[in-house]
Amino acid sequence: MEICLSINREERLLEIQPGETLFEVLRHLGYLGVKHGCEDGSCGVCAVLLDGQVIHSCISLAVQAEGHAITTIEGIGTYDHPHPLQTAFVAAGAVQCGYCTPAMILAAKALLDKNPHPGEAEVREALSSVLCRCTGYLKPVEAVLRVAQGGD
Amino acid sequence: MSRPYNDPDQMLKMSEHPEGLSPDEMRVVGKRVPRLDAMKLALGKPAYTDDFMPPSVLHGKILHSPHAHALIKRIDTSKARALPGVHAVLTWQDIKPVRFTTAGQSHPLPSPLDTLILDSKVRFVGDRVAAVAADTPEIAEQALALIKVEYEVLPVIVEIEDALKLDAPVIHDEQDCSGFEGVFLPQKNIAAHFVAEAGSMASGYAEADCIFEGEYRVPQVQHVALEPHVCITWLDEDNRLVIRSSTQVPFHVRRILAPVLGLPDKRIRVIKPRIGGGFGGKQEILLEDICATLTLVTGKAVRMEYTRAEEFSAARSRHPQILRFKTGVRRDGTISAMTLSLLATTGAYGSHALTVQGNTGSKALALYRCPNLRFEMDVVYTNRPPAGAMRGYGVPQGLFALEVHMDEIATELGLDPIEFRRRNWVQIGDVFALAEALGEGRKGFPNPLRSTGLAECVERGAQMIGWERRRDPEWRNVPSKPYLRRGLGMAVLIHGSGIPGIDMGGAYLKMNDDGSFNLMFGATDLGTGADTVLAQIASEVLGCAVEDIIVYAADTDLTPFDKGAYASSTTFVSGGAVKKAAEKVAAMIKNVAGRMLETPPDKLQLEDGCVFTPDREGVTLREVALESLHLVDQHQIQAAESHMSLMYAPPFAAQFAEVEVDTQTGEVRVKRLVFGIDCGQPINPDGVEGQIDGGMSMSLGYGLSEEMLFTADGHLLNGNLRDYHVFRADEMPRIERFIVQGRDPSGPFGAKAAAEIPTDGVAPALVNAIYDAIGVRLRLIPATPERVWRAIQKESR
Repeated sequence: MEICLSINREERLLEIQPGETLFEVLRHLGYLGVKHGCEDGSCGVCAVLLDGQVIHSCISLAVQAEGHAITTIEGIGTYDHPHPLQTAFVAAGAVQCGYCTPAMILAAKALLDKNPHPGEAEVREALSSVLCRCTGYLKPVEAVLRVAQGGD
Repeated sequence: MSRPYNDPDQMLKMSEHPEGLSPDEMRVVGKRVPRLDAMKLALGKPAYTDDFMPPSVLHGKILHSPHAHALIKRIDTSKARALPGVHAVLTWQDIKPVRFTTAGQSHPLPSPLDTLILDSKVRFVGDRVAAVAADTPEIAEQALALIKVEYEVLPVIVEIEDALKLDAPVIHDEQDCSGFEGVFLPQKNIAAHFVAEAGSMASGYAEADCIFEGEYRVPQVQHVALEPHVCITWLDEDNRLVIRSSTQVPFHVRRILAPVLGLPDKRIRVIKPRIGGGFGGKQEILLEDICATLTLVTGKAVRMEYTRAEEFSAARSRHPQILRFKTGVRRDGTISAMTLSLLATTGAYGSHALTVQGNTGSKALALYRCPNLRFEMDVVYTNRPPAGAMRGYGVPQGLFALEVHMDEIATELGLDPIEFRRRNWVQIGDVFALAEALGEGRKGFPNPLRSTGLAECVERGAQMIGWERRRDPEWRNVPSKPYLRRGLGMAVLIHGSGIPGIDMGGAYLKMNDDGSFNLMFGATDLGTGADTVLAQIASEVLGCAVEDIIVYAADTDLTPFDKGAYASSTTFVSGGAVKKAAEKVAAMIKNVAGRMLETPPDKLQLEDGCVFTPDREGVTLREVALESLHLVDQHQIQAAESHMSLMYAPPFAAQFAEVEVDTQTGEVRVKRLVFGIDCGQPINPDGVEGQIDGGMSMSLGYGLSEEMLFTADGHLLNGNLRDYHVFRADEMPRIERFIVQGRDPSGPFGAKAAAEIPTDGVAPALVNAIYDAIGVRLRLIPATPERVWRAIQKESR
């Protein structure tokens, strides 16, 4: 079947199988910042944004994205123009193994886009959708707060 | 030149790093240098094993056993083989039986050779029965469902103590398994048996005024690295087998698999890309053997990746243990004798059985000075998923038991827990009495402690947590919540820096035209920041920017050998190799620059990407590179070096915890954690803090929530991330940590390890804090609400 959606602000017409997950479709298209960690939405490393909201792509069917705007980590920054969250994660030492980092950054972006100056508790709540085994969440929370406190 | 490897004094001279620069004089070492690969990962660029796919690849899947112990009587694979899109279906009948161990360690392998790629007997729920390679993962799954297996179900052992009963079934009754003489006793279900003693136990206990005994239990827990085990294998254009795998031990994988696959080592190349977390779980050959076999059978590239459910049921875990301490204490509060008796299970296979448990003894008995020590251990087979290497490697178990035991003794003696420990903890010059006996499967190398910042860690930590509040009865109560009680607990910690006399790392460094350097090594950054730390070490020596060091690791074809990432060894051991290689290259640079500047090389300084004379005349590294590569006496400025150490350089730490216990429900809330570490000279404080933060959160789960639970017939009850609770961002306590400035002469720039010690302390500190809060002593973890509530009920009866 065919679906029409936008990925990182680019309109795409895709031929997909009815049972294919959004995760599978995105990885096949080369959006490799989307990671596999579990198959039931509990670890969160497959997170992408759908119309600005965090969704777990491993438990979302690709067909559900029809007509929506998907944002992956590749869509928010480049080497030349990284997103402030990407810069802050690097500067704060918040990237360890890095496997959950794209999902953490997207979860933080979804928060900051709605609420540019969250407190620590709000940041922690937003990041709680992603499991991390390396950082104890300390430096990732610091990184998000740096951006939140550093202006818009 | 002969290497005096049996003479620690000589070896110390060889591996000692001269005083050199003070922390203030160093440019790069000790600084918060951002990770070299952090931006790449933050941008989501391809980096991990699964991010690079050959043009056409088959998907491999494993059929796992539904029984904890059974013989495979018949397997019918005809329907699976007939399914379109299936390229291979393998059972034990298709594979030459060569017993090996999945544990990736140095030669000779200390773990028993008790595993086959596929076997006619299954020993845990999740054990391998068959494997399939197909065009898509879906077809592979369909093929698995078409395999018909007839089992003869055997009696099952799940509980540790049951393995030693006389009528227990023998889990490894095969004739062709093997292990160390006197250590490996499979007919008794013993994967590893070991006893060591120093001094005189009889006179040690006779000297004691009091003898304290305690039994402690710790659970089987999971690594939960976010990237599952994943591996891609293919035959290259020279018909060599390439294994690209998320492995901590590429060189061990090549060496161990060669005889199992029936290939010479030289026909195997193992490539380690970026690893998405390992924590010891990837010090294990879990997929490479079967994936490679599917490639050899089909001639095609094959990809295999575990699901999260497979990670729980068919990967590795931390060895559960029952630990018994018997400690003699003199009237003045000093310890005169100590025995640790350990019973552990390795599950169905003996991966790391001897060495993990050996390390429990070698650290738990090394923290307090005592000449009379005894360590006895039995590691038994059960029909549980196998245990293996996991961050801390036996020490979180040992230090949980030890540090709760020490707290109990302090309470009995009426001493402050800190004061009792202070009277006993090790001092500079002390030699660990069991060092020779506990050498990780062979003879160890006793030598004296040369640095410790433990006293400072404890003093500052106590101040930060407000230790004096323990004496304030008012503070214990929470206003308007009479059912809550507050408490403070602590633990002191010791770990290792590499395995003396065994671990070796190599490094290669070459200079490019623009004055940059390629640095290649076999060490494997599994998320710790090791690549950056090793680049910092090279950069400090070469006087160039860290960005001018291009790191490549690890690839058995291209990089020098390294034992891999384990035993907190990369900074200490592999870092030693990088420093030596950089010093050689620096000397070569000075030779060229000396000719250019007409100054004796030993008068020159490397600084800011230049070589300077004492009069601040200089040439750039680029000019030196062009001179050496193109102009005069042309040669490649390059060096390869390796490093091993016999030295005993343990890091130390103090862990403090503040808890609130709900006496009505048994719920324990950890409010604050304070951690102070002596890791010698920290090479990168951000990296050290990152290790502390992650280690503490792992130990918090160990103490409070994580435990693999089994039914009586060996089925895992909570093999998913909903029922197995890993702490999330909004559940974490407030964390504070600090690094005390130290220096150990046996580490590069004075560095010791920092990677594992943070996983050792939260569990005992929080259990001690629970006692402080409510006077109830738990001797097992995790401290779930039910367990705490039951303990409260028992105490109040």
